[in-house]
Amino acid sequence: MAQRGIREYDAKKMLAKYLPDYGEFNLPIKAAMVTPDNPLKKVAEAEKWIKESRLVVKPDMLFGKRGKHGLILLNASYEEAEKWIEDKMNKNIRVGSIEGKLTHFLVEPYIKHDKEYYLAIKDDREADHIYFSTAGGVDIEENWDKVITIDVPIDESIDDIDLKTALSKELNESELEKMADFIKALYKFYVDLNYTFIELNPFTIVDNNIIPIDTVAKLDDAAMFWMAKKWGNIEFPAPFGRELLPEEKYIKQLDEKSGASMKLTILNPHGKIWTMVAGGGASVIYADTIVDLGYGNELANYGEYSGNPSTDETYEYAKTILDLMTRNKGKILIIGGGIANFTDVAKTFEGIIKALKEYKEKLIENDVRIYVRRGGPNYQQGLKQMKELEKLGIRIKVYGPELHMTRIVKIALEEVME
Amino acid sequence: MKYVLFDKDTQAIIYGEQKNAIQRMLDFDYLCRRSKPSVAAVVNPTREGYIKVFFGTKEILLPVYRSLKEATKRHPEADVMINFSSYRSAYQTTMEAIETETIRTIAIIAEGIPERLERKMAKAAKQKNKWIIGPATVGGMRAGAFKIGNTGGAMDNLKSLKLYRHGSVGLVTVSGGMVNEMFNIIQQNSNGIYEGIAIGGDRYPGSTLLDHLLRYEENPDIKMMVMLGEVGGTKEYEVVDALKNGAIKKPLIAWISGTCAKVFPGEVQFGHAGAKVSGKKETADAKIEALREAGAIVPSSFDELGEAIKKVFEDLKKEGKIPEIKEIEPPVIPVDYKVALKNGMIRKAREFICTISDDSGEELLYAGMPISKVIEDDIGIGGVIGLLWFKKLLPDYARKFIELVLMITADHGPAVSGAHNAIITSRAGKDIIDSLVSGLLTIGPRFGGAISDAAKYFKSAYDRKLKPEEFVNEMKAKGMYIPGIGHRVKSVQNPDKRVELLKEFAFKNFPKVELLKYALEVEKITTAKRNNLILNVDGCIGILFVDLMKNIGAFNDDEINEFIEMGGLNGLFVLGRSIGFIGHALDQKRLKSRLYRHPYDDILYVHDEKLFGGD
Repeated sequence: MAQRGIREYDAKKMLAKYLPDYGEFNLPIKAAMVTPDNPLKKVAEAEKWIKESRLVVKPDMLFGKRGKHGLILLNASYEEAEKWIEDKMNKNIRVGSIEGKLTHFLVEPYIKHDKEYYLAIKDDREADHIYFSTAGGVDIEENWDKVITIDVPIDESIDDIDLKTALSKELNESELEKMADFIKALYKFYVDLNYTFIELNPFTIVDNNIIPIDTVAKLDDAAMFWMAKKWGNIEFPAPFGRELLPEEKYIKQLDEKSGASMKLTILNPHGKIWTMVAGGGASVIYADTIVDLGYGNELANYGEYSGNPSTDETYEYAKTILDLMTRNKGKILIIGGGIANFTDVAKTFEGIIKALKEYKEKLIENDVRIYVRRGGPNYQQGLKQMKELEKLGIRIKVYGPELHMTRIVKIALEEVME
Repeated sequence: MKYVLFDKDTQAIIYGEQKNAIQRMLDFDYLCRRSKPSVAAVVNPTREGYIKVFFGTKEILLPVYRSLKEATKRHPEADVMINFSSYRSAYQTTMEAIETETIRTIAIIAEGIPERLERKMAKAAKQKNKWIIGPATVGGMRAGAFKIGNTGGAMDNLKSLKLYRHGSVGLVTVSGGMVNEMFNIIQQNSNGIYEGIAIGGDRYPGSTLLDHLLRYEENPDIKMMVMLGEVGGTKEYEVVDALKNGAIKKPLIAWISGTCAKVFPGEVQFGHAGAKVSGKKETADAKIEALREAGAIVPSSFDELGEAIKKVFEDLKKEGKIPEIKEIEPPVIPVDYKVALKNGMIRKAREFICTISDDSGEELLYAGMPISKVIEDDIGIGGVIGLLWFKKLLPDYARKFIELVLMITADHGPAVSGAHNAIITSRAGKDIIDSLVSGLLTIGPRFGGAISDAAKYFKSAYDRKLKPEEFVNEMKAKGMYIPGIGHRVKSVQNPDKRVELLKEFAFKNFPKVELLKYALEVEKITTAKRNNLILNVDGCIGILFVDLMKNIGAFNDDEINEFIEMGGLNGLFVLGRSIGFIGHALDQKRLKSRLYRHPYDDILYVHDEKLFGGD
């Protein structure tokens, strides 16, 4: 549950569909999405304008600064667009420090324009902030001093806010009325559709038509229950460059099927330090501690299990991690956790112990050291069963709440890494 | 006092009938030796009444109301509402609570409330000078005084962390899941917490880290403060400002979790290519740096947090700023019966014994046989009767025989007394159960009851090795009819088809039919006297059942006699004939038959004429 980015395509489609409910605008939004399964040729059959217009094409995968990476095709013919997409589809590219595969392209008509405006709405605790500028475009951050900020307090209506006075600093009388109406409408759209961020940078006005050129948007996915109809089958794409590994996918499926929570992200499969930590809060702190003690580059994974998972679920979860870990010659396994509220520690450990027993040979062969720390209901019994793994030749150290939560990280690092 | 949200007299209204959470609150109350329970009432929109909970060793009733309005009217002293409504309705119920005159603090447990609604709640609460803790939190507690819902975990944890008495440390965290661990760290490195609040991990909690730190700052009993923040959002910067401008003067030990985010691939979740709308400021590292610079005590990693707390505490102690905490022995909380039983701490003599079935495990068992195996092995209704009546898996022919008996006894037309009763009752508008029972009530010594007696007398005679003639004479000498012999219409020349079927089955399938052969010898004698003194269907069933039990070898003689004595054989007739009775009752209902009234002309009315005269 959080603010989640959506594709530019979806944001524009939503604007086209719902913005006219809030005012009289000409908003001739045309947009099409090209994916590996839905090539431009096929898309053009339904969207006749594609073959009749000059086109703009760009990846639509939640990353910005596309122009700077040479990833925007402007004023192209259909044939040029088709070839451009074909060249890039399924290719790996690098954006900043992240490498990922291009799979989604947004295709729109090319609009010749000279004026570029900036408009964004962002949430804050007491008010929403509206940002407007007549100097929109890629250099908006450099021109931030020209941006007009208008606040709409959370318990007030935009209808009671004097937009015109604020806007009159940058707009002349002829534009004022129309722009104020547009901002008002976009704000209402933003509120009613549970957006938490929308940015039109830039948008332009050509022949009385308002045309968003680049759009970034985030929704509050907690509102899904109320928005199901208006949002339709909205997709919240994973951040660019995070294509899931089979193991991550498997845990994700397990998580979706279960009432409990199970998460797994592989950071560096060749890292020596693996974690299997209970609790969303505690798991981050264990990862922090490894990073803070200078071993971030050896941290192989991030993950957590919580919400009282069944023995079967912790078994599957542990097995997935142990398999990855032993294949990649991991050295340290941190089985950590704080003091549980009501999770039965013995029960959740039972599944982990079963998996550890199954991987006994590989753990011994790789000389893996296991460090356990946990508290909560039935923890004494859980720890005792963990301790018994020693008899099988597994190198394991077991602690309860008497030891500081993250101290096993330090102990492990001292014993193995230094 | 404004900075006090909870004390030893605080009472709460619980929105949502969360019995476990309520019980945990009351157990904590008892541990703290509170004089009255911390829960005044419960709101459940779907019912009103009472719930029964333990307050220490005794049970008390807490009232349940349908509306918050009613609850606050009856319990104006309760100024806390713990809101367990779902994420869908938590906004409405919280706004309602904010509008009340008596509720001052609202804890919201639900996760997943939309941010815009959270912001509205926060604003509304602020305007009304009220406190919201949460959403998406376990809550918090004031040690030794009051605990919100499930905070602090299980009872032995509350006890081992000495949460029944207060220390000098004020704690505020973002994460609800880490509260327990933070209590532990603080307990190990100081004299314990005074109060601990988890504001919840949402972007817009109803009260912020700073809100609570400022309360702690004002509270003279709190000597030092601990804060655990998180990556994302900017609420920690309010604390930075408060440190800078002197609003916070007490020592503050702080940590921000999420420093690992920098090694994660892609920083997408921590800001976006937007105009200065987010960015580096929300990272854990930036917040840590800012806090440290502003004067908070920030260790180099979470691992050093305990030591940092210890150092501040010891320093304050040396300065004489920490009062002596008088250790008190908390009362023993009675162990929950279920827990004690599970852990083998107690045992209990049972009032009831059951040896035929068991529904307490994962799968229903019939005499130890899992119901899935019953179906898989297709043991039939005869097999099920074997399991539940005899606790034995009977051989195939025995199961078939029982089913044959049930089929044969299922009905015998509408005129017999039981069916007649069932029909009359059904026609009187009574339901299937009444109709069935009224039919069954006629079964006894005169109707259907001969099976047991036939088995009993024939078996007794056979066991005593009486010759058939001796048996007949013995019964005659007693002045008794032989049970199982004789039929109103059937005779040697006009045999009962049902008896023929039973005999045929037995001769074909039973290894031995000793008692039947004996009975047939008896029949020869009786039919010689009168041709309708044949072995009837009741007799045949009873006698064959004795043969069956003897054949199987699983029953000893005492068991067979016991079964007959208990009237088990009549059970067969009751079971079989119930099929017919239900059929008759349904038949009448389908026919829409009207109430039956017996015709006058079929009744002979007789008066005692002498008594009242007449002519």
